Amino acid sequence: MPTKRILAFAIFVLAAGAALRAWPAAPAAPAPQSQQQSEVILSISGEAGARPRYAVPDFIARAGDAETQAAARLMGAVLWDDLAFEREFYMVPRDTYKTIPAARSFADIPFDRWRELGVDGLVTGSVERTGPASFRVEVRLFDVRSRRSVMAKEYSGTTSNPRLYAHTASDDIHLQQRALRGAARSKLTFSSDRDGERVINAIAERDVKEIYIADYDGANQKRVTVTRKLNIFPRWAPDARAIAYTSYRRDFPDVFISLIYQGTLENPTNGRGQNWLPAWSPDGTRLCFTSTRDGNSELYLMDRDGSNVVRLTNNPAIDTSPTWSPGGTQIAFTSDRSGSPQIYIIDADGLNLNKITSESWCDRPTWSPAPFNEIAYASRTGPGYDIRIYDLATQERRQLTGGQGSNESPAYAPNGRHVAFMSTRTGRKQIFVMGRDGLGLKQITTVGNNYTPDWSK
Amino acid sequence: MRIRSASVAVLTGIVVASLALGACAPKKPPVARPLPPPPPTTPEAPPPPAPPAPIAEKPVVTAPPIAEDPMASRTVDELNRDSPMRVAYFDYDSAELSAEARAALDANAATLKKYTTWTVTIEGHCDERGTAEYNLALGERRAVAAQSYIVALGVPASRVKTVSYGKEFPFDPGHDEAAWAKNRRAHFVITGK
Repeated sequence: MPTKRILAFAIFVLAAGAALRAWPAAPAAPAPQSQQQSEVILSISGEAGARPRYAVPDFIARAGDAETQAAARLMGAVLWDDLAFEREFYMVPRDTYKTIPAARSFADIPFDRWRELGVDGLVTGSVERTGPASFRVEVRLFDVRSRRSVMAKEYSGTTSNPRLYAHTASDDIHLQQRALRGAARSKLTFSSDRDGERVINAIAERDVKEIYIADYDGANQKRVTVTRKLNIFPRWAPDARAIAYTSYRRDFPDVFISLIYQGTLENPTNGRGQNWLPAWSPDGTRLCFTSTRDGNSELYLMDRDGSNVVRLTNNPAIDTSPTWSPGGTQIAFTSDRSGSPQIYIIDADGLNLNKITSESWCDRPTWSPAPFNEIAYASRTGPGYDIRIYDLATQERRQLTGGQGSNESPAYAPNGRHVAFMSTRTGRKQIFVMGRDGLGLKQITTVGNNYTPDWSK
Repeated sequence: MRIRSASVAVLTGIVVASLALGACAPKKPPVARPLPPPPPTTPEAPPPPAPPAPIAEKPVVTAPPIAEDPMASRTVDELNRDSPMRVAYFDYDSAELSAEARAALDANAATLKKYTTWTVTIEGHCDERGTAEYNLALGERRAVAAQSYIVALGVPASRVKTVSYGKEFPFDPGHDEAAWAKNRRAHFVITGK
C-alpha cells in the first residue's frame, strides 16, 4: 500500500525576473531562490521500496501564438529529461500518456487518469506571455493520490531560452523533494576543432581548437574564443562567470581567463615563462598551473590576478595537471618522478607528498566535490584509457568505462554524481557524461573533435 | 639593420653586370636596372632577380665569380616548406636523444652556425598514445632536450626558442607505429633570417 504522505501547503515563490533572464545577458545559473517555507514540506513517495513515479506532460500554453505553444511543449520535454538525469524518480515515458486529455488549467487535471497510469507525482506547468519577449511560467508538482499541489513556483523572464525555465524547475524539485542539488543549470566547457578553421601563420595545415560552452545536456553550444590558434584545457571559475584555459594566441602556451559575460580577457601569467593547465582554487581566488619558467614542468600557485606566485613542486621530473581538493588544502597532480605518469597528492603548502596510483599511465586527476571524497583520473588499460575513480577514504578504486574507445579527461558535475569525459567510442573525440556509478551514458557533442571537458561548479 | 648576405650577393651581381654591360654598350647609363626590392620579409615579396647572364667578351672585372647561395635567397616560408632543418625523433614517452637524433641536431647546429642570422623555434610533439595533459610537458621536454644539445654545440640560446604542442598537431594522422614514430619529434621551424 502506498504510504499517504501528503503535503500541506503550496509554496509560492515568486522568482525575480533576473533569475531567468536569458543567457548571455545574465549569469548562467541563477542562484536557487530562498524558499519561504511556511510548513513542513512532505515528499511524494512511491510504492514501498520503489522510486516515486513521475510524469511531465506538455506545459499549458496560455497564449495562442506559436512561440508560446512551442515553448510550452519544449519545457515539458526538457523538464522530463532533467528529472530523469538524476535518477531520483522513475520517469513514466511521455509517449504512454498521449491518451490522457491535456489540461487547460491546473483546475481540470484528470487525476484519475494519471493514477491509472501509476503516477505518484505529476509535474505540470503553464506558460503565459507577459510581453513581446517575456514569459511567466508557473510550475506545480501534484501528489496524484491527494490531488494536492506539493510545490508551486512562478518564474518570469525572457522568451529566448525556454529550456532554462525547465532546468530551474528541475533543480527546485530536486531540492525540495530530495534535498539534492541538481545539475540542470550547470554548464560544460571543452575544446573543439568543429569549425574546421586552420591555424594562421602555421608552417603546416593545422586545425585550430577553440573553447566552447554548452548546457549540461549539450544544448546551447556556443563558441567562446576566436583566436585561430590552439586553445585547450578550459576550467570553469567557481562562479561559472569565467573560464581559465591554455591559449597559444601568442604562439606559446599561456594562461588566459575569458570573462564570458563581460566579453573581456585576462592573462594573469602574462608570458612569464610558458604556462598551461590552470586549475581554480575552490574559492576562486587562486590558480594552480604548470610552468617551465624555472627550467622544467613544475606546479605553481598564483592569485587570480597573477600576483603572489609560489612554486609548489621542485623535482627534475614532470609535474603537471593539477586539481584542488574541495577544501582548497590539497592538490592532486600528475608526475612522472617514479618513471611513468602517476597521480600524487600534495598539501597546498608543498608538504606531505603522497602517491596514489601505481599503474601503467595515469593523468588528469579530478577531485570530486563533497559529499564524495574521490579522485577520477584517466588510466591506460590497453591501447587506450579508461576513467577510474580512487576513493580516498577506503583507498579502493573502481572503473567507470569499459574499454570502449579511449576515455580521458574526467570532470565532475557540481553535485559529484556525474562525470564528463572525452571518449573515442563513436570514432572521433566526443564529450560524454555518465553517472559516478558508470550508468546513464549520454553523448554531449557530435560535431568535429571535442576534448578536455570541465563542468561548472 | 644588418646587411643580409643575399642582398650583398644580389647587389654585387648587379654591379658586376652593370660594369660589364657598360663596357660593351657605352650608350646605356651605368646603372641599367633599378635596385632590387628590399630583402624579402614576407611571403608576397617577389624572388630576387635571376643572376646576370655570363658575359663572354672582355670582362673588365676579373674578381672570382660570386656564387649565390640558394638557401640564403629563400624566404622564411619557402625555407619551412622544404626545410633544410632535420627532424629529431624520439622513443615512446622519452626525451632522450638517440644517435640518429643527435646526428640530425648536429646537422641543424651546423646550418644555424652557417646562417648566423637565422632564428628558430623548436616544436616538441608527441604521439597520440599519451594523454593530452601530460603530453604537453613531454613535448616541452623534447624541445628543450634538442635546444640544450644545439646550444652546447655553440648555437646561441638567444636564437633558439622552444614550444610544446603535445599531441595536438600530429604530422601523420595515422594510428599505427609508423605514424606514432613520425609524431614523436623535435621539429625546427625557422622564424627569422
